Amino acid sequence: MRSFTTNTVVLSKASTGIEGFDDITGGGLPDGRTTLLEGDAGSGKTLFGFQFLMHGAQSFEEPGIFVAFEEEPDRIVANFKAFDWKMAELQENQLFFMDARISTDMVQSGEFDISGMLAALEAKVGEMGAKRIVFDAVDVILALLPDGTTRKREVYRLHEWLLSLGLTGLITAKSDNERMGSEAHEALSFMQFMVDCSVVLNHRVALGVSQRNLRVRKFRGSGFDENEAPFVIGKRGFDVARARTVSRHETNVSNERVSSGVTRLDTMLGGGYYRGASILITGSPGTAKTTLSGAFAEAACRRGEPTTFFSFDSDANEIIRNLTSVGIELGPYVKCGLLSIVSARTMSGSAETILVHIKTRAKEHGSRCLVIDPVSTLAKIGNELTAHGVAERLIDFSKSEGSTLLCTSLLDELSGHAEGGSPLQISTMADTWIHLNYLVQAGERNRGLSIIKSRGTAHSNQVRELILSDEGVTLADIYTAGGEVLMGTMRWEKESAERLKNEVASVEERLKLVTLEAEEAVLEVRAKSLQTELLAKKVEKELLTRTTGSREGELASMPGRMSELRGSDDSAAKECDPS
Amino acid sequence: MYVAGETQNSCKAIANLKSFCLLNFAGRFEIEVVDVFKDPIRALEDKILLTPTLVRVAPLPVLKVIGSLSDSEPLLNLLDQEALSV
Repeated sequence: MRSFTTNTVVLSKASTGIEGFDDITGGGLPDGRTTLLEGDAGSGKTLFGFQFLMHGAQSFEEPGIFVAFEEEPDRIVANFKAFDWKMAELQENQLFFMDARISTDMVQSGEFDISGMLAALEAKVGEMGAKRIVFDAVDVILALLPDGTTRKREVYRLHEWLLSLGLTGLITAKSDNERMGSEAHEALSFMQFMVDCSVVLNHRVALGVSQRNLRVRKFRGSGFDENEAPFVIGKRGFDVARARTVSRHETNVSNERVSSGVTRLDTMLGGGYYRGASILITGSPGTAKTTLSGAFAEAACRRGEPTTFFSFDSDANEIIRNLTSVGIELGPYVKCGLLSIVSARTMSGSAETILVHIKTRAKEHGSRCLVIDPVSTLAKIGNELTAHGVAERLIDFSKSEGSTLLCTSLLDELSGHAEGGSPLQISTMADTWIHLNYLVQAGERNRGLSIIKSRGTAHSNQVRELILSDEGVTLADIYTAGGEVLMGTMRWEKESAERLKNEVASVEERLKLVTLEAEEAVLEVRAKSLQTELLAKKVEKELLTRTTGSREGELASMPGRMSELRGSDDSAAKECDPS
Repeated sequence: MYVAGETQNSCKAIANLKSFCLLNFAGRFEIEVVDVFKDPIRALEDKILLTPTLVRVAPLPVLKVIGSLSDSEPLLNLLDQEALSV
């Protein structure tokens, strides 16, 4: 008998090691208690139980026992060899498989129960020191029992046995609701009621796409995430989708800038994209989204950074060829392995499955830069409800890896979304949002690029014309006229008009210069002749002065001279000189 | 005969088997009772899951019957089939 004390401690949990599941339940399955795992055939119950035991043995050195009621243990092990679990390293005394299948030639007579089996198992538990145990497909045994009462009794027996030994037990049962009889249903309900934790796996086909979901129905003594969580079965087994935003605070935020591949765009962005940021490029078909993605990838490769380019539209060779026509050479980088172009057109499955593929490929390649072109395809596969979660987790993944993520998204000109937000709502989550559109002016379509937002950057708010030529991608200079940015032919016209104006102006200047020079020359000549006249006048004046001077002198000295010449005495001179 | 301790089913099985054998094979039978609680390793090795289980080891082929043997008909049918095939 167990004595019960008031539970002041939080129920301890046994970690399952299943990606995402431990997050949902806040730690794993209830320790020392029983969990029921139900689901249709092929929903992954056996795999879940197996992973649970593996993890216990490998990470916690907790030996486990797998009681197989339906499938032969050797086959189970063989099937699971395909997963990446390093099963060979597992010691024999860590994991024990009990073949509990009822042979078909067994005859029934009278009542029976499972106490024998439990006794045998108890011995094994003691021998191994096992802590975890899985009963796989217990519904098979229950189906053999004659009536509901017996079934309930045996379920109870099993439950009590597990509790008495303090084992963390996982019971799996098929819950094929359409084909189950009412009796089997009853037994299942009883089990659901008895256990401390109940998990449901289902495998649906929605809109032609298969989706697997996991839901924790109940968990006594603990909080848990009640929503359905999508999962896929990947290389490492179960992969339950969880946006692990909690762990994001561990990632470093960088101030480093990476080039977008277009120099002038980098300038508009204040240096480029931030490393580790998520960038969204939206636009109607044909607006050069793939081209910009290619430019980004090329710039990343030039820096020597491994990059993965996921394309949902074209395959690798097409992309390389198309981008070569605009001067972006991706071929050499693919050859040397720096760039991995994955054509996701051939990927089938739900948006969840594709996300797992993206994560796996990116991790394998060690990518520092990631391009998804276009990410809006994820919304088309499956339904829109899951697509948003997928987009969220994609951004989450790239941030936790520290990779710079660039997504392109189709915005239908007619759909009315326009600049109000992309279907996946990535526009709200992305750090930088660049929009490409067509500007129809003067009978032409020209591509315009504008930065709608870029967190943490003082970015330019101008609409620039994007020019693609065989020399590369660039942005044109800005010519405005009457408040409108001119593009295309009108820009060219404006450019040439300006050029012409400049030429005319310079010619005019030259002409004026020449004219002025001529006038200057004329004036100079005149000045010279005036000067000569002036000189002449001066000389005349001097002559006159001198002449006057000498005349006066002569006049003054004349009487004296005359008297001298005459030889008369002074008095006579004085008398003759009244003046 | 593999039994689980002294439970009702197990006691019934042993009793039923004894009376059946006395009736049909008087003097020509041998019953070995294995209590899985006392000898669980043996139970594990012999792959005994449900109890009580009767395993007839001789003559061959090996026959397995699970249950308390409260209904002797299935047993009889089994032996009849055997007799016929001989």
